[in-house]
Parts: sequence; structure tokens; C-alpha cells
Amino acid sequence: MRAWRALMHPAAKPVVFAASLVPFAWLVFGAFADKLGANPAEYLERATGDWTLRFLCIALAITPLRVVLGQPGLARFRRMTGLFCYFYVLLHLACYSVFDMGLDFGDIAHDIAKRPFILVGFSGFVLLTPLALTSFNRAVKALGARRWQTLHKLVYAVAGLAILHFFWMRAGKHNFAEVAVYAAILAVLLGWRVVQALRRRAGAAQPARAARRA
Amino acid sequence: LPGAASTVPGANTVEKLTEYKDATSYNNFYEFGTDKGDPVQNAHTLKTRPWTVEVSGLVKKPMKLGIEDLLKLAPMEERIYRLRCVEGWSMVIPWEGYSLSKLIDRVEPLGSAKYVEFVSLADPKTMPFVGSRVLDWPYVEGLRMDEAMHPLALLTFGMYGEVLPNQNGAPVRMVLPWKYGFKSAKSIVQIRFTDRQPGTAWNKAAANEYGFYSNVNPNVDHPRWSQATERRIGEDGLFAKRRKTLMFNGYEAQVGQLYAGMDLKKNY
Repeated sequence: MRAWRALMHPAAKPVVFAASLVPFAWLVFGAFADKLGANPAEYLERATGDWTLRFLCIALAITPLRVVLGQPGLARFRRMTGLFCYFYVLLHLACYSVFDMGLDFGDIAHDIAKRPFILVGFSGFVLLTPLALTSFNRAVKALGARRWQTLHKLVYAVAGLAILHFFWMRAGKHNFAEVAVYAAILAVLLGWRVVQALRRRAGAAQPARAARRA
Repeated sequence: LPGAASTVPGANTVEKLTEYKDATSYNNFYEFGTDKGDPVQNAHTLKTRPWTVEVSGLVKKPMKLGIEDLLKLAPMEERIYRLRCVEGWSMVIPWEGYSLSKLIDRVEPLGSAKYVEFVSLADPKTMPFVGSRVLDWPYVEGLRMDEAMHPLALLTFGMYGEVLPNQNGAPVRMVLPWKYGFKSAKSIVQIRFTDRQPGTAWNKAAANEYGFYSNVNPNVDHPRWSQATERRIGEDGLFAKRRKTLMFNGYEAQVGQLYAGMDLKKNY
């Protein structure tokens, strides 16, 4: 009951919003105060990528946690965390475009076409874009809840692309420990949905069978 | 560890030096961790005294040299080299050492010696990541004999006028300025002369990404990133434009003839 009240508290959303901005604030401060090590550009690219992945995990964790913990109030934070995932991927893309590519759009297009690892990351960004653009209430109404939900299933593909992008990036260094952690988290979050869907299907089939028996 | 300015052609670039702090805190030394901040955190456990380098294989005079003997084997020179990492960043570092050829001459290689193999220390007691499955330990690197004899190939004991910090490959390492950084083996314990091309650490780990030669080459990309440009560490802040990478890291005039007639796309 106490958790429920905390989740529904008027301050809960602003608090989560502010907390989600802390990594961004730290990166801005670190960049200006020269606290990001010898290669700040690389630090910013990696950190924004990490935070994209983290917010993707958080956004995908909301529904399973809501059901498993019996906390419907968690649903209030799903849109916000999803949009923060998009916020950090935008920063990630901006860092790559500016620091690696010197904002040369010809070079960027060429790079995306040429390197599968970049193409995969960029595809994830592209697929996430319609979800961010249709995140407000009017879009839900305009699309209809069913179509909106179908569209937003794209996030599962985004999760796969994000992990592949990260895996490929680390493959050069043969360093998969962190990739495995994120992959395991996403596998649990997506696996839970598969199990739910199978159960629903079995549940839907049962009354039909019962009806036949009768 | 002072050294007189080197007279070897190409050994003293006049570019702005990378800050000591950056050159000693942003390192790839996988025995101490895979993050570039790991070596400076973890390498204090490395014991650099006593230290022996065994020189063996196809030589007339195999020998075991203590680090004190190695330090006295030839006069120390200071060399200011560009360092280009395969990851796309670069530094300018003043090193102290002498040409590897001075040591090679001492052991008198046989005519059958075609390659030199460098073996780094792999001590699980002092190197926490030896045993991780990232690479096949010990770290092995290698050169063709003519590359090893090139005067720019530096057997290195110091940087910035000081003894090498542990995280930079103490007490003795190679520096090969025309090759990607990983070719320069750190904390060397064995130098072997062989008639067969050594199986090198990164080549064994991913042959399609890291070749035996690994000469800096802006025209041959890594499968996952371009090698055409590089980020000079510490240069003009965050928005500095990346520099164009130069063939053989700018040492083409000195080393180009070693690779005359070779297909560098195939022998990457």
C-alpha cells in the first residue's frame, strides 16, 4: 500500500524525470570541467550509448514489474522512461555525428551504408523514432489503441538491434561480459512477454474446449 | 632515465607532446583489464625488479639479460614518436631507449632466423586479467627480421625522461611507430628468433581484423571502423576535427622500402 502511494504521489513523476536527467547533467558538467578522461569524445559516445541501453531496459521492465509486483501505478512511468531512451539515443547519434564524423552528412551516410555495426545501431534509432513521435495521447487516439500497440511492438526489434550493435562494438575487443549482462536482462524481459502471450493463448483456447465438451 | 636526442632519421617529430597524465592513464594493457582506465588502477602489482629477458632461438649467442644489463647495453636515446592506436586515436610521446638492432647484433642471429617473437609476462598473481578469455596468454607479438633491424624499432625503457610506468609496459617494451600500437609488446620477458611467422595475440584472436603486419594504413579499414582519420588525444578540446591518418603513421620515408612490392591490402 505504501509503494502504491509513493507511485501515485504527485511528486513521483517529477522525481523520476529529474533522476533520468542526472546522467545527462553529469556528462555536460564532465565535458565542461574536463572530467571525462583523456578521450572525452569517446567517453560521451560510450556513456550516451550505455544510457540508451539502460533506459531501454527500464522501459521494457515496467510492464513485467507492474504485473509481477501487482503495482499498476508503475504504468505511469512507461512513456517517460521510453522517451528518455529516445533522448539518450539522440544524444548518442549526435555525439557520433559530431565527434566521429565532423557533422559531414555525406560521410555519415557513407559510414552507415558501409559498416554493418553502424547500420544496425542506426536502424535501431530509426525504428524507435515512430514510437517517440506517437507517444502522446492524441496519437494513441488517432491511431486507435490496437494499431498503436502493434506499432509499439517495434521496441522488441529495437532491443535486438541494440544488443547486436553493442555486441559488434565489443567484438573488436573480445570483451563480452557487459554485453552478456544486458542481453540477459533483455532476454528475461522479452521472454516474460512470450510466456504471457502463450498463456493468454492457452487461456483463450480453454473456454472454447470447455464449450465443446458442454 | 635521461637520453640524448636521437640522430636516427624520423626519430624526433616536432609535434606537440601528449600530456603525461593522458599518456599514462589511457592505456590498452589487457593483462590489467580491458578498459583503458584499468591499467593505471591495477598495474601497481607488477614487479619490475628483478627482471630477466631471455633471448633465444636461432642465434649464435643465446643469453639471459637482467634489466640492469639491458639498460647498459647501449646509450639511451630520446625519441619523440607518434603513436597510432588501431582504435582510431593517437598520441605523441617521448620515449627513452635504443634501437632493437643493438641487442640483435649482440646475439648474432643465424642466417635461418627470419622472424623475431616477443613474449610478454603472463603472471596471474600480479596481472589480474591473465586468464580472462579475451586473448590467448601470454601476449605474443612478432616482426619480420628486417622490420626488427630497422633503426626506428625502439627497445624502450622510459618515457618523458622517466622510467616506464607499470601501466605503459615496464620495465622494457617495444615501440614501433609505423605500426598500430598493439604491435609494440609490453613487459617483455622473452625475445625469440624463429624461421616461421609467429602467431601473434590479436591475429590469433581475430585474423580478419588484425593482420601480422598491422602497419598504420589509412586505406585499409578495420571491419568495424574507418582508419582514414584519428583523434589526437588532448588536442583542442572536444570539437577538434579528427586528423587524417598518414601512411605508415607518417614514417613512409623511413620504412616504406621494407614493404616495396607487397600488397598491403592483403598483408594488413
